[in-house]
Amino acid sequence: MNPDVLWRYAPSLISGFGVTILCWGAGGALGLLIGFAITLMNRLGIPPLRWALRAFIEVFRGTPFLMQLFLIYAGGPSIGLRLGATTAGIVGLGLYSSAYFAEIFRAGFASVPAGQIEAATSVGMAPFDTLLRVTLPGALIAAVPSIVNMLIVLSKETVVLSIITVPELMYQVQTMAAETFTAFDAIFAMAVLYWLLVETVSRLGARLEARVTGYLAREERAA
Amino acid sequence: MKPEVILHSFGYLTQAAATTVAVSFAGIVFGFLIGAAVCAARVSRRVWLKRLGAAYVSVFRGVPLLVQLLFIYYFLAEYGLDVPAIVAAVGGLALSSAAFQAEILRGALNAVPRGQGEAATALGFGPLDIWRRILLPQALKISVPPLINEFILLLKASSLVSVVGIAELTRVSMNIASQTYRPFEAYVGGGLFYLAINLCFAALGGLAERRLAAGSGQ
Repeated sequence: MNPDVLWRYAPSLISGFGVTILCWGAGGALGLLIGFAITLMNRLGIPPLRWALRAFIEVFRGTPFLMQLFLIYAGGPSIGLRLGATTAGIVGLGLYSSAYFAEIFRAGFASVPAGQIEAATSVGMAPFDTLLRVTLPGALIAAVPSIVNMLIVLSKETVVLSIITVPELMYQVQTMAAETFTAFDAIFAMAVLYWLLVETVSRLGARLEARVTGYLAREERAA
Repeated sequence: MKPEVILHSFGYLTQAAATTVAVSFAGIVFGFLIGAAVCAARVSRRVWLKRLGAAYVSVFRGVPLLVQLLFIYYFLAEYGLDVPAIVAAVGGLALSSAAFQAEILRGALNAVPRGQGEAATALGFGPLDIWRRILLPQALKISVPPLINEFILLLKASSLVSVVGIAELTRVSMNIASQTYRPFEAYVGGGLFYLAINLCFAALGGLAERRLAAGSGQ
């Protein structure tokens, strides 16, 4: 690759990387929030609400992310939802990942042994205290590995936002490629960059996992 | 809202859905062949082969599929190979899926109890016979449900091949959107088709899982 070209396009590439990180962070945060809300609403145990949430999860897990993006970005105006490309991208990432996060949180809650909740009740803890101090910490810690995994998947999905013209890294690389006829080099560089990003996040995730679940390993050793 | 748009383009969408299934199926089959080779490399005793297999899995799982697809597309063009877009599309899906399938197969091989191989050796089976008659049949059986799951993931991932111009479900939905000026209906229609296909294969996967569980007496 010609270093001059890279130098000339450095500002747009750096801003593209910034947009990628912004979309990833905001989309992931939104997804975690909605996903957690879905899990909590599910636990209320109101049948029609549960069916609606089930349908939401099935739809967002059963259709391609690109299709969901098109529906939000291009189809949105038909139902009065006008969003800019970047906002649509963040909302899309959030809705898409929320369906997966909801399932992750549900599994996390399911993994808390019933005996712990019974024990909390028998020592006189109020239901809300039990949720806050017993169920929730256990459920969240159990969910950490899957959350990290989903965030890694999501970092790769941000590339798809380039198709709806969100000015993230992939979009900037393709613009550069089209303007300078260096498609091959640019995309090769892109592949290396993403691979590094994913590897870094995986390593960081593994360390985070080891930290928050470390006490489990200690308990096992003690037992 | 004009639901007629979906009904009018029903035939068009059905055809596109068939293309989506065909492209994904080709991707999973070629991906299986490559994945089996990668898995064989990863479980081999030769260190360089092991490393090569691990590197393949790391790269093809770590690089986003869209980047891989465009890379293959431009890579072929760079070397003056004028292959049809469908080759780039199926090739991209297969190479990427192979990394995931290799891991599924490796997991399945590891799930066969070690003692069985040892018992077969003790009974005088040769290494090839152990593979052919003991390890492979069981590992393949274990890997059926996750492979069906991988197929469903690939069906969804195949929407990205619309970028290289294959007339599959996503591309056709885009065309309908631009022809009718009804993007909302077009994408809802396309999405419903994806949903229907995925539910069918998910049901098939559930059936396979139950039959296999029944077969192993659990």
